[in-house]
Amino acid sequence: MSSALLYSITGVGLFAIGLLGVVLASHIIRKVLALNVMGVGIFMLLIALAKQNAFTIDPLPQAMVLTGIVIAAAGTALALNLMVRLYEIEKTQQDKL
Amino acid sequence: MADLNSSLLLPFIVLLPLIAALSGFVSRRNTVQSVLNVGFACLLFLTVAMLTFLFYKENTYQSEVYEIGRWGAPLGIDLLVDGFSMVMIGLTGVLTFILTIYSTVYYANDAQRIRFWPLWWLLIAGLNALFVSADAFNIYVCLEIIGLSAAALVALQSTRAALEAALRYLLVGLLGSLFYLMAIVILYRNHATLDLAQLAARSSDSFPEQIAMILITIGLLLKIALFPLHFWLPPAHANAPTPVSAILSALVVKASLYLLIKFWFEVLSESATFAASQLLGCLGAAAIIYGSWKAFRATQLKVLVAYSTVGQLGYIFLLFPLSAMASNSHSFSSLASQAAVYFIVAHGCAKAAMFLSAGNLILAQGSSDIAQLKGIATREPVNLLAFAIAGVSLIGLPPSAGFIAKWLLLTASIESGQWWWVIIVLSGGLAAAIYLAKILNLAFTGKPSAPGTLAQTHPSKMLTAAALVLALITLALGLNAELILNMAQPILEVNSI
Repeated sequence: MSSALLYSITGVGLFAIGLLGVVLASHIIRKVLALNVMGVGIFMLLIALAKQNAFTIDPLPQAMVLTGIVIAAAGTALALNLMVRLYEIEKTQQDKL
Repeated sequence: MADLNSSLLLPFIVLLPLIAALSGFVSRRNTVQSVLNVGFACLLFLTVAMLTFLFYKENTYQSEVYEIGRWGAPLGIDLLVDGFSMVMIGLTGVLTFILTIYSTVYYANDAQRIRFWPLWWLLIAGLNALFVSADAFNIYVCLEIIGLSAAALVALQSTRAALEAALRYLLVGLLGSLFYLMAIVILYRNHATLDLAQLAARSSDSFPEQIAMILITIGLLLKIALFPLHFWLPPAHANAPTPVSAILSALVVKASLYLLIKFWFEVLSESATFAASQLLGCLGAAAIIYGSWKAFRATQLKVLVAYSTVGQLGYIFLLFPLSAMASNSHSFSSLASQAAVYFIVAHGCAKAAMFLSAGNLILAQGSSDIAQLKGIATREPVNLLAFAIAGVSLIGLPPSAGFIAKWLLLTASIESGQWWWVIIVLSGGLAAAIYLAKILNLAFTGKPSAPGTLAQTHPSKMLTAAALVLALITLALGLNAELILNMAQPILEVNSI
């Protein structure tokens, strides 16, 4: 089995595991993490794609992975920020009771 | 100026809002910011108007390709517009202009404006970039820019409900984009290109491509909020600030819809199956019925308008069965796609007008409860007029734009021999009439609540004027239907292939 194929299978597996996590997890932080796992799965697939040919490396998938990582970081940051704000509001509401 | 062609303007409709977003960080004084934002809105509107004019004059249904950095298709990113995206850019241009002026008044002297403006312009830059992009991965980036800025805008009011809605909206948006990205990876693996035109030329109905099509459809349906994936839409649209609700309902869901239509009929048309298109049609029909029912049961004004969006989106999905059935016959499919494009425009203008006037009514009454709207007709006649005109278009009464859209849908379903969709379209109109009549009945007949119990204010004239102008545009569109229909010509060219 070539390493590219191994990477591809792992990538698809990670995507599926992440998807299950997003759908099944009840805690928001788990959902955010699961989304990141899905993203990593796709990036693995892209990296494997870049080296389909033994002698050359396709730069386009690598550029896509870099862009994808930036976007994933931004999305995660926003989600965590919203979560913290929500937590603070819930805490002050509970303190009042 | 002789060789000025429309493609040269394409980068500017993306760059202008991006520069405006940056200027939002720099200028913090209220007056400076207002002048800058209105200036940028005017500039963007003029650019879009010029682009539309040139596009029309060239009369080729597709602009020339603009190659960013002169790299060219497989390696670089291309920009281009066809008839459908031109209509979407035009709609974005007009709505951006009016909504920006509305927001300038809405956010005057509000400390939140420092956070609002950069996000607002970023959202518009994302929308414009999506419509001009001809590169599948670039479109993914645009989807994420739209999703992130829209979720942040929903969270602006920082109430518990708004934060919960924004978080759910964000997670659903991210999930949808990841599905789309996965599909793009599969397509790239098979065809080694990201350019939409090249993908379309190399597409077949092979197994990986069908998987890609399914992934794209699921991902985008999540973002469009087609029933039963609509769960995130009503809280997000109802808890956002008024101008944000308007742009979310009028444009942001339409951006994903635009993409879905593009992939179904242009890029991966080979893998579209009859059964799948019937399924989408059935989900659309269910959305019409369910959305209308929930709108009727809503107790908050903005929730009612948001559920009405869930229902109205269902109509556009009738495009899929209507043009699939007639794939061997040119005229039917063209009628269905014209209907869908026209519906997108009509609903965009009407829903923006309705959200603005609903927001004004809520400001005037100091409460978002529908029950509190009793007798508001005497206090806010102009805002109620705007609300009613928008409602007329949503119900589909002549001479509004909604009437033309539904007429085209009805004709398309009768001509393609699928009479059962006629029942759905007609009963959907009736249902819309019922839930909107509930509001109007209350506004005209009820006794006004005693003044002083609620924080009643009088929304400024500019806010009212913006809602009314949008409502009048909806009417004017109904009287000048040819304009949009001629522009929407090209997707039928593609359908016939």
